[in-house]
Amino acid sequence: MLGLEKKDIRILLIVAVLTLFAPFILNPFPAGSGWAQFNAGYPDLMQRFVIFGIFAIGFNILFGLTGYLSFGHAAFLGIGSYSAVWMFKLLSMNVLPAIALAVITSGLFALLIGYISLRRSGIYFSILTLAFAQMTYALAYSVLTPITGGETGLQLALDDPRVLDGASTGSNIPVPGIFGLEMRSNSQLEMGDWVFNLSTGYYFSGIIMLLAFYLSIRIFRSPFGMMLRAIKSNQQRLNYTGLNARPYTLAAFMISGMYAGLAGGLMAAMDPLAGAERMFWTASGEVVLMTILGGAGTLIGPVLGAGLIKYMENILSKINSDILHTWFAFLPDGLEDFVVSMVYPFIGKGWHLTLGLMFMAVVIFLPGGLVEAGQRISRIFKRKKTDETSKKSTTTEPAE
Amino acid sequence: MDAIILQILNGLDKGSAYALIALGLTLIFGTLGVVNFAHGALFMIGAFCAVTLSRILTWSYTVIDETKTDFLGNPLKVEVPYVHGLFGQATGDAIIDWAVPLSILFSIPIMLFVGYAMERGLIKHFYKRPHADQILVTFGLAIVLQEIIKYFYGANPIPTPAPEVFTGSFDFGAMVGFEANQIIYPYWRLVYFGFAAVIIGAVFAFLQFTTFGMVVRAGMADRETVGLLGINIDKRFTIMFGIAAAVAGVAGVMYAPINSPNYHMGMDFLVLSFVVVVVGGMGSLPGAVLAGFLLGILESFASMSAVIDLLPGINQIIIYLVAIIILLTRPRGLMGRKGVMED
Amino acid sequence: MGILEVKDVNKRFGGLQALGNVNLSVEENSCHAIIGPNGAGKSTLLNCLVGKLIPDTGSVMFDGQSVLGRKPYEINQMGISRVFQTPEIFGDLSVLENMMIPIFARRDGAFRMHAVESTSTEKAILEQAEHMLDSLNMADKRHMHSASMSRGDKRRLEIGMCLAQNPRLLLLDEPTAGMARADTNNTIDLLKQIKDERDITIAIIEHDMHVVFSLAERITVLAQGTPLVEDTPEKIKGHPKVREAYLGESA
Repeated sequence: MLGLEKKDIRILLIVAVLTLFAPFILNPFPAGSGWAQFNAGYPDLMQRFVIFGIFAIGFNILFGLTGYLSFGHAAFLGIGSYSAVWMFKLLSMNVLPAIALAVITSGLFALLIGYISLRRSGIYFSILTLAFAQMTYALAYSVLTPITGGETGLQLALDDPRVLDGASTGSNIPVPGIFGLEMRSNSQLEMGDWVFNLSTGYYFSGIIMLLAFYLSIRIFRSPFGMMLRAIKSNQQRLNYTGLNARPYTLAAFMISGMYAGLAGGLMAAMDPLAGAERMFWTASGEVVLMTILGGAGTLIGPVLGAGLIKYMENILSKINSDILHTWFAFLPDGLEDFVVSMVYPFIGKGWHLTLGLMFMAVVIFLPGGLVEAGQRISRIFKRKKTDETSKKSTTTEPAE
Repeated sequence: MDAIILQILNGLDKGSAYALIALGLTLIFGTLGVVNFAHGALFMIGAFCAVTLSRILTWSYTVIDETKTDFLGNPLKVEVPYVHGLFGQATGDAIIDWAVPLSILFSIPIMLFVGYAMERGLIKHFYKRPHADQILVTFGLAIVLQEIIKYFYGANPIPTPAPEVFTGSFDFGAMVGFEANQIIYPYWRLVYFGFAAVIIGAVFAFLQFTTFGMVVRAGMADRETVGLLGINIDKRFTIMFGIAAAVAGVAGVMYAPINSPNYHMGMDFLVLSFVVVVVGGMGSLPGAVLAGFLLGILESFASMSAVIDLLPGINQIIIYLVAIIILLTRPRGLMGRKGVMED
Repeated sequence: MGILEVKDVNKRFGGLQALGNVNLSVEENSCHAIIGPNGAGKSTLLNCLVGKLIPDTGSVMFDGQSVLGRKPYEINQMGISRVFQTPEIFGDLSVLENMMIPIFARRDGAFRMHAVESTSTEKAILEQAEHMLDSLNMADKRHMHSASMSRGDKRRLEIGMCLAQNPRLLLLDEPTAGMARADTNNTIDLLKQIKDERDITIAIIEHDMHVVFSLAERITVLAQGTPLVEDTPEKIKGHPKVREAYLGESA
C-alpha cells in the first residue's frame, strides 16, 4: 500500500492517529482541575508540535541519513517565514501560494548554501552552515530591513496590495486562511468537564506533517535513501565504487532545507509575522536537540523529540515555586521546602537545565535517542514474556 | 592614518578575547582531538569568577552609626565590608577596587579544577567517538553550565568595573605623535591586550621550552608514537585540558569590565571563536592567535562608517564572510596542518 | 602495450623519494603481482593509480587514457576497482544493500524514490545483487548487518562488490593481510575462480608469498621506490638479487 512495507504503514498509521486525536490525547485533564496546566491541547502549542515536527523530520533526512551535521538550518526556517508573509502581503491571504513560495525560496537558498558548504565535510561543514546562517540572520536584522522588517519583524499592513484578494475593506487586517476557512478558527468541544480545541490551523498543519512524514518514509526506504546511508557509512568505498557523493548530499541538503522552509511557511500561516530571531543559531541548535533527543536516523524520532521539547518549553517552563509547594504540601514543612528547593532549579525558568542534562544523557548513553530507549524497554518486556512461556530463544531484530 | 590606528586598536581587545579562546580550543583539539563546544562556557565561568570574587570582597555586615542620621532622623545604617575588618579601611577599599585583577589568582585554581573535572568526567569517554558526538555532548554541557550560572546569578548582565586607575581613556594619538583627541583609547582595553599577549607568550613558551610542552607538542603531531614511547600521555593531556580551561577562564575574568558578564556571553563568543579556529587552521596554535587578532581587527575596520556606507551591513557579516572564503580557498585554514580533520 | 602503463613515475614526500622512475606494464587479462619489503613504495604506487595521489612526474595510462588528475570515482568509472587492505564496505548497511550499490553505480545512480521492489529496473538490480551473492556463497547472509561479519566474509563481500561492477582492472592491496590461514586460502580460491571465469586483469600487492606464487603470472619486485626486476614467478624465485633484497628474509 502506498508503496510502503507493512511495518512502515504501521508507523505512518500510528502517527496519523496521534495527529488526528491530538486535541483529545493532549487534553487528558478536566478544564478546571489543578492538573489542567499540563494540558497541551491548545491550538497554539499543538500547531508548534507539528510544525517543529516537520522541521525535525527534514533535518533528520540530512543528519540522520548522511551524518552531515548542519548548524544553520534555522536560516531556511526564517526564509520560509519571510517568503510566506510576503505572499500574504502581495498576492493573497490564501495559505497555499504562501507555503508554495516558502518551500521554493528555501529550496533555492539551500541549493546555494549547500553547494558551497558541501565542498567540506565534518566540522568544517558544520561551521560553514553556521556561518551562512549567522550571516543571513545578521543581514535580515540590519541591511535587509526593507525586505525583512528588521528588528520589528515583517508584519502585515492594511494597505498591502494583495492582488488576488483585492483591496481590503474594513479596518481589520485580514487573516490567513484556505479558501475562506480561517487558520485561526477554532471550535471548542465540551464534554462534561473536558474542553477540547479543534483548530483549523492545527489540522491543516497536521495533514501537511503527515504528508511530509510519508514522504520521509519513502525517502528512507528508497534507493536514494540507501545511498545516503552509504555516504554516512563509508564515503571512501562510495568514491571507489564510482559514485560522486556530492549530488546525493546536495539533494538531501536541499530536501531538508525545503522541509525547514515548509515549517517556516506554516509558522507564518498560523501567525502572519516573521522575525529574524527565527534564524538565530540557537534555533538551529534546537532542531539538532530535537532530532538527537528523539533518535537521529529513525523515522519517528524527530517527531517525538520535537513534541517533547516543545512540551517542556511550554508546560514545564510554566511551573513556578507556588505550584511546587502545593504539590509537595503533604510533606512536613521543612522537608517540603527542601524538596521544592531541590526540584525548583530544573523546572520553570530552569527547564533549559533539564533539557541540557537530558540531551547529554541521550548522547552519552542512548545514541539512538528516545526510539532506542523504547526499543530497549520493549525488548526487556519481550524477554520477560518469552521467559515466562519458556519459548525458544528470542531473535533480536536489528535496530531500525 | 590615525583612523586606521584607531580601528586596529579597537580590534585588539576583541581580537585578544578571540585569540585566547581559540588558543584553548586549539590546544584541546590538537592534543585530545576533541571539538569542545563547551569552551565558551569556560570563558563565561571565568567572567563569573570575577563577579563572585567581587561579591565575596564586598560581603559586609551592618553597623549602626550613631553619629549620623538618615533623612528620617534614624541612626544611619552603614554597610561595612568584612575586608575592612581584616585589612583596615584603606587596604580593604583597595582590595575591593582591584577585585577583577585579583580574580585571576582566584579563578586559576577554579578553572583548573573545572577543566580537570570536565576532562576526567566527560570528555575522556568521547575520545574514540565521532566528532559529531563530541560536538553534541559538549553542546549539551554548555547549555547545562550556562543554566547553572543563570540560576545562581540571574539573567541580567552584572557590571563588574575595573580598578579605578584603569577606568577612563587616554589619548593614544598624542602619545605617539599624532594630533590630539584623534585616537582616544580606554585604559582597560590596553591592559587587556597586554594581558592577552603575556598569556599567549606564556603558553607558547611553556610548550616550547619545557619537557612537558615538548611531549605535548609531539603528542599533537602524532599521538600514537608518543604513546608507544611509554609516556603517560593521557595524564599530560588532562593537565593540558586544565590549562586550556584556565586560559579561557582568565580571558573571561579580564573581559568582565569590558562587557558585563551574562550567562550567554560564552555562547556568543564560542560561535565566533570556532570560526576563528577554522580560519586559523584546525590544530595550529599560531594560526589560532593570528586569526583571532586578524578577525578582531577586520571586524572593527568593517564597523567604520566609511566602510558601512560603501557596503551596508558588512560589519555584521565580515567574520563569517572571511571564514567562508578561507574555507573554500584554503581548506586547511591559514596555517593548518595536513591531515587534521580531513575525513 | 598493456592495459595499464606506468611510465617514469616519481613521487616525493618532502625529503623522501617514495617512488623513483617507476615503469610498469600490466598485460590485459593477466595477474600481475607487485611485491617488495615494507616502505618499498607499493602503497604509494597503488594510490597513484586510483587518483588518491598525483605523481610529481610521469604518466599513468589505463587503456590508452591518462588517469592522472581524475577523481577516484572517475577512475573507477573508467573500469578500475580497488580492494583495500582493511575491507572497506558499508558497515551500517545489510549485505544485500552493499551489493546493490555498485550495481546502481554502474547504471544511472540511485536518484529514485521507489521502494526496492517497485519498478522493473530495480527488480533487475535486486536480482543481479542476489545472483552475485549466490555466486559468492553468501546468499544466506544477505540480511546480515555487514559490519558484524568476519573479516574473511567482509573481504569476500568487498571483492564481490568490485566484481559486480565488471571492472577491467581489479587492484588488490594486500587482500589477505591479517587473515587466518583458512580465510587466506578461501580468498585465493575465490581470486583463482575469478581469474578463470572472467576476462579481467588483476594487479595485486602482497606480502604473503604463498598468495603471490599461487596467483601471479608476472611479478614486479619493488625496492626503495624503484622496480628491481620484473619476471615470471619461477624466474623471480631463483633471481639472486631478489633473494638478497627480499625473499631471503621472508622465505
